[in-house]
Amino acid sequence: MGDLPFRAPAASSYAEDVDRLFFVLVGLTVVFTTLVGGTLLFLAVRYRRGNRVDRSRPSSHNTLLELGWTLPPLFLALGVFFWSAHIFTKAYAVPDNAKEIFVIGKQWMWHLQHSNGIRENNELHIPVGEPVKLTMISQDVIHAFYVPEFRLQRQVEPGQYSSFYFTPTKVGRYHMYCNMYCGTQHALMGGWVYVMSKADYQKWVASGGSQPTATGGAKSETGALTLAQRGAALYEKYQCGSCHSDEAVQRRRGPSLVGLYGKMRQLADGRKVKADDGYLRNVLYYPSEYPLAGWSVGMPSYKGTMSEEEVLAVNAYVKSLTPGAVPAAPAGSTTEPPAANTRETEGGNQDPNAPAANTPNQQWRYMYGGEQ
Amino acid sequence: MSVSAFDSSGERLPDRGRAGGAGADDGVAVTPPGPELAEDGMPRAHYLNADHSIKSWLLTTDHKRIAILYLISLSVMFLLGGVAAAVVRLQLTTPHGVLTGENYNKMFSAHGIVMVFLFLVPSIPAAMGNFLVPLMIGARDLAFPRLNLASWYLYMIGSLMTLGALTFGGVETGWTFYTPYSSIYSNSNVTLAILGIFLAGFSSIATGINFIATIHKMRAPGLTWFKLPLFIWSTYATSVIIILGTPVVALTLLLVVLERTFGIGIFSPELGGDPVLFQHMFWFYSHPAVYIMILPSLGVINEIIAANTKKRIFGYTFVAFSSIAIAVFGFIVWGHHMFATTQSMYASMVFSVISFLVAIPSAVKVFNWTATIYKGSVEFSATMLYALGFIGLFVIGGLTGLFLASLATDIHLTATYFVVAHFHYIMVGGALTGYLGALHFWWPKMTGRLYPEFWAKISALILFVGFNLTFFPQFIAGYVGMPRRYAFYAPEYQIWQVLSSAGASVLAVGMLIPAFYFLWSLKYGKVAGSNPWGAVGLEWMTSSPPPTTNFEEVPVVTWEAYEYHPIHDDDKDMTVPSPTAPAVTAEERNAS
Repeated sequence: MGDLPFRAPAASSYAEDVDRLFFVLVGLTVVFTTLVGGTLLFLAVRYRRGNRVDRSRPSSHNTLLELGWTLPPLFLALGVFFWSAHIFTKAYAVPDNAKEIFVIGKQWMWHLQHSNGIRENNELHIPVGEPVKLTMISQDVIHAFYVPEFRLQRQVEPGQYSSFYFTPTKVGRYHMYCNMYCGTQHALMGGWVYVMSKADYQKWVASGGSQPTATGGAKSETGALTLAQRGAALYEKYQCGSCHSDEAVQRRRGPSLVGLYGKMRQLADGRKVKADDGYLRNVLYYPSEYPLAGWSVGMPSYKGTMSEEEVLAVNAYVKSLTPGAVPAAPAGSTTEPPAANTRETEGGNQDPNAPAANTPNQQWRYMYGGEQ
Repeated sequence: MSVSAFDSSGERLPDRGRAGGAGADDGVAVTPPGPELAEDGMPRAHYLNADHSIKSWLLTTDHKRIAILYLISLSVMFLLGGVAAAVVRLQLTTPHGVLTGENYNKMFSAHGIVMVFLFLVPSIPAAMGNFLVPLMIGARDLAFPRLNLASWYLYMIGSLMTLGALTFGGVETGWTFYTPYSSIYSNSNVTLAILGIFLAGFSSIATGINFIATIHKMRAPGLTWFKLPLFIWSTYATSVIIILGTPVVALTLLLVVLERTFGIGIFSPELGGDPVLFQHMFWFYSHPAVYIMILPSLGVINEIIAANTKKRIFGYTFVAFSSIAIAVFGFIVWGHHMFATTQSMYASMVFSVISFLVAIPSAVKVFNWTATIYKGSVEFSATMLYALGFIGLFVIGGLTGLFLASLATDIHLTATYFVVAHFHYIMVGGALTGYLGALHFWWPKMTGRLYPEFWAKISALILFVGFNLTFFPQFIAGYVGMPRRYAFYAPEYQIWQVLSSAGASVLAVGMLIPAFYFLWSLKYGKVAGSNPWGAVGLEWMTSSPPPTTNFEEVPVVTWEAYEYHPIHDDDKDMTVPSPTAPAVTAEERNAS
């Protein structure tokens, strides 16, 4: 019996809270089911037809009794609600020092980008004990990022970022699932989350994330550049500077992007919006929907030219543009994207970063072990 | 020992005696005028033998015949949905399955679409409701008999379109049709399936309108609202949900077709739409739809318990209003399906607290049933076993719903097997058990024949055991973290899936036994008589099967609902026969 899988490890701070609540709910369920079922059966047997028992003065209603069995469950339910809501808010309370990792879901794989430039497919390597915030978006249909050991999932939607915040508490290898039905290979969209000791994680980062971690699995891209540096290269590739460089800003070709992130923007139609991740993305894709007050010239749309992955990189660069700070510069060649990115192409469900050998069978073995 | 449904207060006899009863017991002291009997004891003229031509069935406006048409078509749907379920269970016995991912996806989609839209939603309302609403309120038919027939045709056309889509090419979006997968990305027959569901939805709407009009306008003289059987209250609440909710899902699905066919951007962000908007609109109907499935069953259980304990349902008004409360609250909890989306945290909190509140009226019903049994005279008949089984499964289904109403646990459990187990406890353990209970309870009324009680008890027990074996392991699989809708899965979940598939085969046996004995009883079953259970209620005061006009004379109601005379077993006077119909005792039934 000890081997029966009754429970997955609780590997995040959130998971421990959830489990406590879960088992209290299990207790309440058992108690109520036993109480109701036991009473029901006891009464049914005692008052079975032919059994000589006192059936005199049966009653058919009693308002006090109705209130008596309505109000206690009501208060109990409200108590559970408040406890549960309290835990739930923790999943939204992202601390400032959370390590931000960008996740792109697509049929049928996860692509993850670390700020330090390491990119992974269907694998996530993180150090234990450090808060992590995943900023996620889908390239096609709705997916959901789910790690049962963290007791946490969040839908990954096309068109807007969602976030997934947790602090891993246990070193180990955990399932990474897509938990929103997304088509033919939905059951094979996933891989593994590796929670590593701090020392192991440092080694992994130092090796550029290239340490083999699973047989037959996806390998991490060697990230020669940080995400912001990649963004800087793309910034040049797409010639964003022709309107947004200091010099262009002087000539009023476009607004300055320095210190833009997190500011409130006044739009021409009277709206005031915060320049957050979603805003930075939407302005690139749908600039005509965000006409900036005081500017008559519109920006061209980069929808169809810039992938969600590139948007994340460019925005990482834009976020690094703060007054006085030295902006990330693309190392090496300034016109060509770095070698690590040459396989990057646009569109399609076939992901260029996906490992070459990624047939359903191999993916099955990777996700679910060798018994086939 | 003959059991009386009524006490011997003779002054009420003239009112009750009108509808009359048939029967074999000539020792009845008061024999009300009844229908002329044929040699086999069945009434000579009834709605089934009124006309034997195919045309008389296909063009009938008799609510009872339309109910039979529904019953037959629903049984076919249930069989098809069940076959798809069997394939799904077969696939899941091993982690790598036997089907490709694509075929598995089509199979679970077919199972969900057929069971939800073509079986469960219309099951009790369209089949049992159609048969019972006029009989229970003393009416000759529904308010709009031709609309009633039209709604069956709508249902058939819609069903055939959807079945065609599922059979020729298949649909692989799941029954939830989430966008933008369904609107832009899926290459399967989504459009045809949706148009079929759209038509079937309008069949439900027509039926709902018909019921509401009938219950408002056609109650027998003296039958005031609080004298109505609780089945009528729950059917009324169900109808309100149907006419408020179904148009929303019908139009939402039509918008998916518009986006899919004409590229009009509504849900796909690539076309300027919002994919989460679909989830809001879909669940605005589909959460209340769960109550469309369960409320009629809750009504059925009241009737069964009252008849099997020979007692008035405890707290009648609380039970009646709990149905209405469920219908109202059911419309403002849809967001609890979306805690894991980008829905705002505060919106989620509001939906969560209301979801906790909606559990209370359901609990009220269960407590009142328990109190009804206190000092009752409980007969452990097959229908009572179905009712007791229903309560057990409904309690577990309801309580596990709280895990999903609760925010913190939901974002772990949602879309895992925990959810699958939970809604099967409600929709199969609840709605389907209620449907089978109803079928057993009113089968003698519908066909004039009794089913074999022994086999019915056996099947009720097999169903209960098979059901729990099928779905309880799924709670554990879900808690451990197995996602739903997975064609392939990690080996550590296999034990739970194997147990579940084993349970499903037990469940299948429990479903096949009734199929056999119901068919057998049509020819060989013992003649039931008007009132085989000694139940009160207008439907038991007419012959079985009833005449085409339901009642020879419109009854006048002067008594309360469930006015059973409590039975004292030490009271020798209890053998006074019913004034309306001689009762068949349990022993006599068992002898059949």
